[in-house]
Formats: sequence, structure tokens, C-alpha cells
Amino acid sequence: MAAAAVSRFFDSDLWWSFSRSPVAVLSAAVALLCIGGALLAPWIAPQNPFDLATLNLSDAFKPPAWAEEGDTAFPLGSDDQGRDVLSAIMHGARVSLLVGVCAVLFSTLVGVSVGLTAGYLGGTADAVLMRIADIQLTFPSILVALLVDGVVRAALPRETHDQIALFVVIFAIGISNWPQFARTVRGSTLVERNKEYVLAARVIGLSQLRIMLTHVLPNVLGPVLVIATLNLGFAILAEATLSFLGVGVPPTQPSLGTLIRIGNDFLMSGEWWITIFPGVALVAMVLSVNLLGDWLRDALNPRLR
Amino acid sequence: MTAAPPLLEVRNLRVEFPSRRGTLVALHDVSFSIAPGEILGVVGESGAGKSMTGAAIIRLLEPPGRIAGGQILLEGRRIDNLSQDEMRRIRGRRIGAIFQDPLTTLNPLYTVGRQLTETMQTHLDLSGSEARARAIGWLEMVGIPAAAQRIDSYPHEFSGGMRQRVVIALALCAEPRLVVADEPTTALDVSIQAQVIALLKRLAREKNTSMMLVTHDMGVIAETADRVAVMYAGRVVEIGPVREVVKHPHHPYSIGLMNSIPPLDHRVERLAQIDGAMPRLNAVPPGCPYNPRCPKVFDRCIVERPDLLDAGSTRAACWLYDPAEPPHV
Amino acid sequence: MFAFVLSRLLQAVPVMLVVALISFAMFAYVGDPVSIMLGQDFTEAQRDALVRDLGLDQPFFVQFARFVGNAIQGEFGLSYRLSRPVAELIAERAPATLELASCAAAIALFVGVPMGVFTGLYRQSWLSRFFLTFSLIGVSLPTFLIGILLILIFSVWLGWLPSFGRGDTVQIGSWSTGFLTGSGLKALVLPAITLGLFQLTLIMRLVRAEMLEVLRTDYIKFARARGLADRSVNFGHALKNTLVPVITIAGLQFGSIIAFAIVTETVFQWPGMGLLFIQSVGAADIPVMAAYLLLIALVFVTINLVVDLLYYAVDPRLRADRGASARGT
Repeated sequence: MAAAAVSRFFDSDLWWSFSRSPVAVLSAAVALLCIGGALLAPWIAPQNPFDLATLNLSDAFKPPAWAEEGDTAFPLGSDDQGRDVLSAIMHGARVSLLVGVCAVLFSTLVGVSVGLTAGYLGGTADAVLMRIADIQLTFPSILVALLVDGVVRAALPRETHDQIALFVVIFAIGISNWPQFARTVRGSTLVERNKEYVLAARVIGLSQLRIMLTHVLPNVLGPVLVIATLNLGFAILAEATLSFLGVGVPPTQPSLGTLIRIGNDFLMSGEWWITIFPGVALVAMVLSVNLLGDWLRDALNPRLR
Repeated sequence: MTAAPPLLEVRNLRVEFPSRRGTLVALHDVSFSIAPGEILGVVGESGAGKSMTGAAIIRLLEPPGRIAGGQILLEGRRIDNLSQDEMRRIRGRRIGAIFQDPLTTLNPLYTVGRQLTETMQTHLDLSGSEARARAIGWLEMVGIPAAAQRIDSYPHEFSGGMRQRVVIALALCAEPRLVVADEPTTALDVSIQAQVIALLKRLAREKNTSMMLVTHDMGVIAETADRVAVMYAGRVVEIGPVREVVKHPHHPYSIGLMNSIPPLDHRVERLAQIDGAMPRLNAVPPGCPYNPRCPKVFDRCIVERPDLLDAGSTRAACWLYDPAEPPHV
Repeated sequence: MFAFVLSRLLQAVPVMLVVALISFAMFAYVGDPVSIMLGQDFTEAQRDALVRDLGLDQPFFVQFARFVGNAIQGEFGLSYRLSRPVAELIAERAPATLELASCAAAIALFVGVPMGVFTGLYRQSWLSRFFLTFSLIGVSLPTFLIGILLILIFSVWLGWLPSFGRGDTVQIGSWSTGFLTGSGLKALVLPAITLGLFQLTLIMRLVRAEMLEVLRTDYIKFARARGLADRSVNFGHALKNTLVPVITIAGLQFGSIIAFAIVTETVFQWPGMGLLFIQSVGAADIPVMAAYLLLIALVFVTINLVVDLLYYAVDPRLRADRGASARGT
């Protein structure tokens, strides 16, 4: 089935439209580069930035390799502890990507469940769920994520919190963004619900849950995919922002945002590369994912073009 | 027609739309004139270039459309080569315009009074209170009841027919010599159409304003116009006094067009229809553009394009009326 | 009008109550306020006394009602971290944030709207293309990176502007302002640009899109056909119609200026409410977080109300609809 799906993909209009859009191809290339670098970091990074034994303080504050005092061993320079910035970025991107993907999956799960339930059941359940979504949507999601993070921090003892900090961040970002999914899925569900195949399934006597999962859900996945892609960029940025503010991932697992925050302390003394390069990596990753998302939206919705 | 010097004269007007796949010629050698106080009807199918002729005269063609040749003369003076700013002074003041859909023609955020006074004050030297008094006068003239109270109403507070009356007032309020009315009744209820047309005709006569009335409704033309121009695929194919064109059309296309209108005085079993469709702009055949559909087509029509020729009471762009041609059946 | 405002206010009440409930739940159930307030050494009797004092032995709704009552009077208890009344802390920090946010909003609005109008009117000019490319970057860069870049360029490399703090402030009553000193104004420049830039690009793109939409409408064409001056068509008729949707989105976006002030204040160590909030999140200082949450909710509800009122003022159609539905019910 998977193989069939793959071959169907390469035959599809989607692939055709992709191969004809230079922006999409370029973004995909950049995104693949970022993701590949991040995933393979432990094997291809020049240095293990967490292995304190390999760090040498005499290597600290080396500027990028092309500068006068640069060292080719540190292509993008080194930080205050003699850590290779490139390696730190690759490992940091790993954390950023992990948090981003998990957060999006979490929002998708919550949003799709709520949207399906609201759209399929209608009535009071619908009204209550959507009202909650509306209220949450009034507030910027970064604020919601901050509050959730703050509350969890307050609720747990410090040591416990540090252990599960990564999950807290994923939860905070995920929960801050489910309403978008819920709204879209609810809209599509309302349309699908009244189609004949759903009525037929109901006549056969299938259970509500089964109808929702096997008949309605597959038909609302297209828009969900688009929102998920567009939200990946947002989630990565949200994580970076939280980590930059010092409330995101723990310092033991630095993400790109953490690197930028740490590097920021050296900005005033002129060691700009420690903070700027992680920033460039972050923007490249987010921008390419966003452009891909835009393209996907246009490709799946020819009407919007 | 009499020999009065024309108010508007259009000579060999050509409008082109440059596009990625080459240049489309939307209007081709369009020539006609309108005498002072005359109402010229312009008819044809959608896409024949009627509205575009009107838009070209007031120089509001949708980009990238542009006038690529010919001349437009207003009171003997060329206006097709004026600067945008000089043209702006002519629009509204010398040539008024009425658009098709009154629901979208009026700015929803301004009162009708404000739209009237700003138009008058742009073109005429009037104080605020004079303009307002005139605006009320115009609303009365176009038949808005309780005009003095309605002047501060917003467009959405009027019905479609009433809004078109406001549009007419707006087109006429700076007292232009010519009005280009582009399908002024098409978007209205049938019951309202006749009233609006009667109003237009009455005002044109009272103010001695000439009018170019673009429509696809032959009934409206027959009732209102003095002369009529029939357009087909961006060309004028026949022009003449309205009675002649309606009763005794000469161009085979006009004949087909008139036969497709149900007569009021007797029943017919089946209305005639013209087979085929008007060619798209990028697929106009060489020779006479009507040749693929023409029942009287002959060799010359396929290679050579006819200009307007004398056909007795009207002028028609058809080789049948070339005195050099032997009579065809 | 009055009924309209009243109905909007009534809609805001449940939102505020829901937020208050969340706020209260945080306050009452997250962490252990009693042990935090007592410190290390205390007796059981002291503890019970404090629980009674705080009313923590009362039923849920009594506690909630008291919380709401206190909140309305601006009473949020003591900060765990700083052991000072929360209201006092916020009042101290509010001027810094409000001055920063209003400057950012002003930049976004007074630069974003003209840029949007310009790019909408002159689509082909190279300046428009430049603005659009610039806006794409503005949308993709996270706020904190913009701040860092500005610091790098204008503070580190060029040394023109300070990179942190508010500079000198002048105390006017309980309000401390940075507007009256040279160093205060200089300190404001980079943070205000950082905070305003994202909103600026958003507003610019929005205005441009709306402008393009409006310029295509019939009423703009008709305004041109009436010979109105370009200035009055573009900046009167077109811009006013553009504003209707722009107001809503811009209004809602200004709420997010407050949210992103947290980030900007962190980058520039700006002593405002955002910095206070982020320090409280780091220290799990629940009373400050709860108060901040309520305050932000209040700001949002107020903004929504203002947006609705502006809408009402700009669009006459809305006035009529509201009036009709109010009469209907």
C-alpha cells in the first residue's frame, strides 16, 4: 500500500506542480539541507559540542574561518568555551526540529479530535468547543505558550521540571495552537457530514466513532496537512522564542533559540558570530518550511491562486 | 442624417491588448459619429466590443488595453492624445458615463449627496450650499421622492432602480454634452428597465445631451435611439437610422440578429437563430469576420475584409453591397 | 449606538470571567502559596491562621467571588519573588511598556499604511518591489532576531544608539516617561522599531491587498469616469474603503504588540511589564502571572470594543444593519 501511495504521488498533479515551481524546489532543497544536517548531526558534525573533553578554552572566541584570525577547524567560529558554532547549530537544530514536529503533531491531534467531535456532533458540544477555541484565538499563541509553561513550572518542583522541560515546551506550544486545526476540521466535517456516503454509513448502522474515523477523517486531511506544514514554521519559531526568553528547553539540550540567547551576551563585545549564525540557520529553516507550506496550500487549492 | 457637425467623431479606432501570446486586436477600424442631441445605439453580442468602444472614448480601458490607432474627436478637437489630467477634466464635464450595475457603481461609504456635490464642485465653480441645492434638484429631476431628505442617505438605503437614477444624476450633474451609457438597464428588474430608459431619454432630450447607448437589448434601442451601430467581433458591421436597421437590415449578421427577436404583432413557430458563435479575439478569421457563419458567404468574403459600404438606407460592411460585385442571390 | 456599545460590553463579560477563572485557578491551585509565603520556619498554627486569612478554607465560589472583587479593585496580593504588592509592581512598569507599545503601533500604522497604499497604487515601480521584498523578510524574521540585528548594527558597529534600558526618565506624578529626555528618546528608537517592524510589514501587505481589491471595483472606475481628481479617488474613495477590513485586523494585531513586547523587552532589557512577566514565569511567581493575564485580557477586550466602534463609525452599512437588527429584536 505504501509503495502504491508513493508511485501515485509521483504521478500526481501535486508532484507536477512541485517540479514546476522554482520557489518550491529551492525551499525544499534548503529544508532538506537543514533537516538532514540536524538529523545527522551526531555523525557529520565536526565536533560533539556536549563532550566537554573535546573542548579547549584556548579555542574560545575564534571568528569564522574566512576572517583574519579564523581557524578552518571552526568554519563558523567558536563560542566562549571553544565550542564549534557549526556543530552547536547542527545539534541545536535537532532539538528545534524535534520540538517543532512534536508540537505540531500534538496540536494536530488535539485540534483534529476537537474539530471532528464539534463538527460531527454539532449542538451544544459544538458551541462550547468552538467558543473555547474563539477565546483562545483572541490571545496571541506565544502568550498562551508562555502561560502554560509558567503554570507547569510553578506546579512542579524544580528538579522534576528540568527533567521533563522538553515535554513541557512541546505541550505548551502544541496547546497554544490547536484552535486553527479545530476550526478547519470542523468546517470540513460539517460539509462531509451531510454527504451521502456518511448517511449511507449511518444507515448501515456503523458507530459514530467509526464513521468519524474511517469515513469523515480521511476526507478532511488535505487542509490539515497544509495547516500542519504552515504551523511547523510557527512552532519552530515559538520554541526559539521561548528558549530565547530562557523558559524553553533546558540549557543541557540547547536549541537554536538557546544558542541565540547565549550568544546574545557576547554581542556587545563584538563576537557577533556566536549569535548571528544560529539566527541565520533558524531563519533559513523557518522560511523554507513556510514557503513550502504556501506552495502546498496553493497547489492543493487551485481556487485560491 | 442632417449635415450638423458631429459632437463626437470616432475614426478608425483600434484597441489592442498586448498579451503573452501576442497582441489581441479588440477593436478594429471602428468609425462612427454622434450629432449634437442624437442618441446612438450600439448593439451586438457580448464580446463584440460595444462596451470597450465606450471605455476607449472616456479613456478608461482596463490595462493592458490601449488605443493603438485612429482618432477620437470631441467637438472637432482630438481627445485621444490628451494627457491623463486633461482627459480627467473632460470626463464628467464633457462626457458623462453610466455603468451597468448600480449596486456596485456607487461608493458605499459616501452619501449620495456628497458624491453629487463633489462631482459638481470638481467641474463647476460652485459654493458648498449651491452645490447642495443643485444636488437636491438633480435628485428630484431623476425622480427620487423626497429628495431633500434622501440626499444624506447612503447608497445601500436605495433600491437598485433608485440607485441607477442616482447614477444617472451623477453622470449628468456636471452637464456633459455626451453621455456614454453602458448597458444601463441590464442589471435592473424588467419592471424597472422601461422607467429608467424613459428617464434617460427624457433627460437627454431636455438637456440636448447626446448619448451613446450600449446595450444588447434591441427593444431598448428601437424605443430610444435615433441611429444604431451593429458591432461584431470588434468591428462596426452596419450603421444607420434605427427604423431602417430594425425593419430593413442589410448586413447578413444584422438580418440574423433582427430575426432572432420575437415580433410582437404575430406569432412565429420558431425563432431564427444564428448558427455558431462569435469568434474569440485570437481566432478571428481572415476576410470578413462573419464569414464562417454567414449564409450568403462567397469567395471574396474569405480573403478580403469589407469596409462600410453604402447599402441604400444604411451602411453595411458586406461585399454584397459593392457595386462592382455582380448581384448574388 | 448606545445599544450597540452595551451589547458589545455584555459580550465581553463572559470572556473576562473565563480568563478570571483561569487566573484564579492558577492563583489558588498551582504550587503552594501558603508555604511560599510562610518561608522556611512556621508552626501549624501559623499556617492555619494564614489559610484562614487568605480565605483558602472557604468554598470555591466564595473564593472566586472574592478574587474577582479584589481584581476589580486592582488587588492581586504580594509577588512571591519580590514580596511587594503586584498592583504596585505593575503600575511601576506599565508606563515603560505603554510608551514602547504606542510608539511601535504608531510606527506600524504611520509607516505601514502609506507603504501599503503606495505599493497598491504603483505596483510596477521598483520602490514597490523593494518594499515587498523587505516585507517578506520582515514577516519571516522572529522579533528577537530583528532586535539582535539592530543592536549589532546600530549599537555595536555604528555606536549610534543604546542597546538596553530606557535612558533617563522624568517622573510626572506616578507616570515615568522617557519622552522628555534625549537619552530616553534615543533608547526608545531600537526597541520601538523592533516591536513595530513585524506589524508594519503585516499592515503594509494587508493595505496593499485591500487597495488592489478596491481599485478594481466599479465605484472607483465610476469615480474616475466622473472626472474626480486622482488624489481624491485614491486617497478618499479608495483608501476609505480599504480601511474597513484593515481596521479589524490591525486592531487585533495591536493586541499582539503587547504580547511581543515581552520578547522585545527581554532583548533590550526594557524595564516594562513584559520583562516583569517573563521574570515571573522563570520564577513561577503566580500572583504576577495571574494579574498580567487579566490585564492582557482587559487590553484585548478593550481593543476589540474600540475596533467595533471604529467599524461602526466608518461603515454606514453596518450602522443600518445594526439598527435594523436592533429594531427587529
